[in-house]
Amino acid sequence: MSDIVCKLLIIGAGPGGYVCAIRAGQLGIDTVVVDEGKPGGTCLNVGCIPSKALIHAADEFHKVSAVSDGPLGISTSNPIIEMSKTIAWKDGIVNRLNSGVTGLMKKAGARFVSGQARFVDGKTVEVKHNGETRTIRAEHIVIASGSAPVELPSLPFGGPILSSTEALSLTDIPDSLAVVGAGYIGLELGTVFAKLGTRVTLVEAEDAILPLYDKALTRPVAKRLDALGVTVMTGTRAQGFDDDVLKTDQGDVAAEKVLVTVGRRPRTVGIGIEELALTQDGPFIRIDKYCQSSMRGIYAIGDVTGEPMLAHRAMAQGEMVAEHVAGHSVEWDKRAIPAVCFTDPEIVTCGALPDEIQGTKSTEFPFSANGRAMTTEREEGFIRVIWRESDHAVVGIQAVGSGLSEMSAAFSLAIEMGSCLEDIGATIHAHPTHSEGLQEACLRALGHALHI
Amino acid sequence: MGVFAMRLPDVGEGIAEAELTEWHVKPGDLVREDDILAAVMTDKAAVEVPSSVSGKVLELGGEIGQMLAIGSVLIRIEVEGEGNEAKTTAEPAQTPPKPVSEETPPSPEPAPSAQPVAAAKPIPRTNGTKPLAAPSVRARAREEGIDLRQVPGTGPAGRISHGDLDNWIASGGIQQGGVTRGRNTGVEEVRVIGMRRKIAEKMALSKRQIPHITIVEEVEMSALEDLRAALNEKHAGERAKLTLLPFLIRAIVEAVREQPGLNARFDDEAGVIYHHGGVHVGIATQTPQGLNVPVVHHAEAGSLWDNASEVARLAEAARDGSIKREDLTGGTITITSLGPLGALVTTPIINHPEVAIVGVNKMQIRPVWDGQQFQPRKMMNLSCSFDHRVVDGWDAAVFVQKLKTLLETPAMLFVEG
Repeated sequence: MSDIVCKLLIIGAGPGGYVCAIRAGQLGIDTVVVDEGKPGGTCLNVGCIPSKALIHAADEFHKVSAVSDGPLGISTSNPIIEMSKTIAWKDGIVNRLNSGVTGLMKKAGARFVSGQARFVDGKTVEVKHNGETRTIRAEHIVIASGSAPVELPSLPFGGPILSSTEALSLTDIPDSLAVVGAGYIGLELGTVFAKLGTRVTLVEAEDAILPLYDKALTRPVAKRLDALGVTVMTGTRAQGFDDDVLKTDQGDVAAEKVLVTVGRRPRTVGIGIEELALTQDGPFIRIDKYCQSSMRGIYAIGDVTGEPMLAHRAMAQGEMVAEHVAGHSVEWDKRAIPAVCFTDPEIVTCGALPDEIQGTKSTEFPFSANGRAMTTEREEGFIRVIWRESDHAVVGIQAVGSGLSEMSAAFSLAIEMGSCLEDIGATIHAHPTHSEGLQEACLRALGHALHI
Repeated sequence: MGVFAMRLPDVGEGIAEAELTEWHVKPGDLVREDDILAAVMTDKAAVEVPSSVSGKVLELGGEIGQMLAIGSVLIRIEVEGEGNEAKTTAEPAQTPPKPVSEETPPSPEPAPSAQPVAAAKPIPRTNGTKPLAAPSVRARAREEGIDLRQVPGTGPAGRISHGDLDNWIASGGIQQGGVTRGRNTGVEEVRVIGMRRKIAEKMALSKRQIPHITIVEEVEMSALEDLRAALNEKHAGERAKLTLLPFLIRAIVEAVREQPGLNARFDDEAGVIYHHGGVHVGIATQTPQGLNVPVVHHAEAGSLWDNASEVARLAEAARDGSIKREDLTGGTITITSLGPLGALVTTPIINHPEVAIVGVNKMQIRPVWDGQQFQPRKMMNLSCSFDHRVVDGWDAAVFVQKLKTLLETPAMLFVEG
C-alpha cells in the first residue's frame, strides 16, 4: 500500500474526529482520517445514537403497556416486543448515519483510511489494515481516539458480563439484570430494560445514583426508577458474578446478566502515545486553549482530553482545531457545555451548579405549576437558574423533567450569549410549553414570577 | 468585682482637652495594667494612654474624633475587688462627657458618619469572571486582537455588544463619549481628625489672621556647597553628614541678630510682640501622620554640628512618633524645605504666632551671566513669608538680602562682625 503525505491527519473518526475532518476539508486542508471501525466512533456506533434508539423503543413499549392503567381512557391488550426487529431497526439507523458521515467527509474532501493507527514519531503514523502497513506523514496530527468502557477486575467483560456495547445489541430481553454503576449510562440502559420488563437492580458504590448531580436533580429520577420496580442499592460494591448471582458486600443479587457501567477511560494506550511523552493530566492528554498538546503540531480533542466526555464537546473542539490549523484566530472560549442524561425524566445541566461560584443564587420553577407538564401526565421536575447577585448574569441552568433534553439549546444559548435574568424574563416563551418554566424561574429570581 | 472609671490624665501642660484619635481596646476586652487603651491628640502631639488597672473593658468614654476634657471618664473597667465607683452607676452613665472648655468646637457626630458613604457604584467585573459577550462578539474581538476585558459594555450586566466593540475600535482603544470605562461614582468619607485636624486648624488660623508678604530671592550656593563638601569629607565616617539645614539655621541666627523683630512671637489678641533673645528654629517635617514642626531650641548657642545633630534627632523623633511635646513648642521662626521636591517658588504659610518663615527651594545648576559668558552655577531660591502687620516690606527685603549674602559668602557665617 502506498504511503500518504498530508497536511492534517486525524486519528479517530468519532464525533470529534469526523467533524474536524469535515471542517478541515471545507477549509481546503489536505486531510486524512484513520479509524479501525466505522466512522462515527463510540457515539454513533455503540453510544449516544443506539442508546437513544433503544430508549425510544422501550418508552413506546412501556407507554402501551401502561396506558390501560392510566387516566386517559385508553385500553389495549398486552403489547409484544420482538427484540430482534428492534435491534435491526436500531442498526439500520446506525448504518444510515455511518454512510451519512462517510458521505459528509467525502463531500468535504477529507480521505477516510481504515486501520489501526500507531505513532512512529510526532509527524508519522503507521496504519495497519488487513495485515498491511502504510505510513502517513502529516504536518499536524489530531489525537481523537476517544474512550472505552472501564472494566472491573472482578467482573471481566464477556459472556453474561456486558459492557454498554453488548447491552445495546441484546436480541433477547433478560429476565433479570444487575447494573453495576449508576451513572448516566447505567441509568439510561437500566431504565430501558426495566421498561421492557426486566427485573433490574442498580448497584452503586457511592451513596446516591448519579453521584455527580445534586439530590434535587436526581430525586425525580429515583422516584421514577422506584415506580418502574427497579431495585436501587447504593453504597454497595460488586464483588463478582457466579451462577446467575452477582455477589456484593450487601448481599447477593440474582441476575441473568450484569451490565458494568462504571465509567470510561481514555484510549491513549496502544497507539504509541506513550512514546511521544505528551504531558498528561492523570490518564488524559493535557491540552491548551487551542487543543494543542505539549508537542508541537499534535492536537488532542474529545474524550482523550478529559471530562466532560461528551460528543458535542469533541465536535466543537474538532471544528476549532481545523480552523486553528487553517490559521484562523480561534480559541476555546466556550462559556458552557450542556449535558443531558436521557434518564426518565431527563436531566439537563449547563454552566455553574448551585454553590459552585461564590456570589450566586439559585431559583427554581417547578413543573407542577406548568400547564404543558400537566397535560402530558408528567408534572415532576423543575427548571433552575443560577444567577450572579451582583449583576443578574445567568451563569448556570439545570432542569429535570420529561422530554427536557430539547430545552438544552435554550440553556446553553442563554449562557453563551451572556443573558441576564431580565433578558430571559422579557423574552416571550410559547404557551403551553415546558420552556415557560425557564422564563418563570428568571422572573421568580427577580421577585415577580407570574404563575407561582 | 467593682467598676473602675479611669479618667483622661493630664497629657500635656496647660491642656484642657484632648481629641480621641484611636481606641486600642473595645468593650469586653481584657486589659492589664500599662496596656495602651487609647491615643489622644493634644494641640501638638499624639499621646498614648496606658491603663492604670487590670480588668475587663465595660464601656468606652467617647468616639474617635471626640474632644474629651482632661479628667473626664475615658473608660470604665471591671476590676477585681472594689472599683472607684458603684457598678450600678456605670449603667446609666451614658452621656458622653462634656468638654470643660467652652471654645471647644462641637464634637463631631458619632459613629454612623464614620461609615463610607454608600454611593451607587458601577458593577465591577469580578476578578476571574469572563466578560459577558455573545460568541460572535468574542470572535470579532479575537480577530481584531482586542482583549474584551478592557472593553466597557453598555448592555445589562455590562454585556459587550458589537456596538461597544465598534466604539472601542473607532476610539483606538479609548472610550468615546457615551461609553465609559466604568464611571467611578464612589465617594469615600475621610474624617479630618487627630493630627490632620490640628494641621487644618493651624493653617486656617495662620492664613486667616496673618496678611502674608512673600519674597523670593535667588542664592548662589557654590561656595557653601564647596564648604559643606569639604567639611563632610574631613569628618567622613566620624560625624553624620551635614545637610544644608544647619548652615541655614546659622544664617538665620546671624540675620536676626540685626533684626530681632523677625525672631518673634506676635500675640495679636493682646497686641504685643515678643522679641526673643534665643533663636528657636522650627523645622517643618513631613511625618506619616502629616506635617509636624519640631523646634531646634537655642540655635544661637549650638555649633554647626550641634544644630545638625539636633535637627537629625528631632526629625527622627517626629517621624517615629516619639517626639515630646516640648520639642514641638516655643518656636520663634521656621524653616520649610521640601528638599529635592522644593520647586522653583513656594508661598510658605507662617507658623502662627511667629512672624517669619524661610522656604527653601530646589538647588540646581543654572546658567549665570558673569559679565562675559554664562557660567554653570549651583543656584537655589529662597521663598520667605512675613507677617505684614508687623514686618514692613523693606525689613523683609533686608532680611532676605542678609540671608543671601551670608549663604553666598559662607565665611561670614562664622566670622564675627
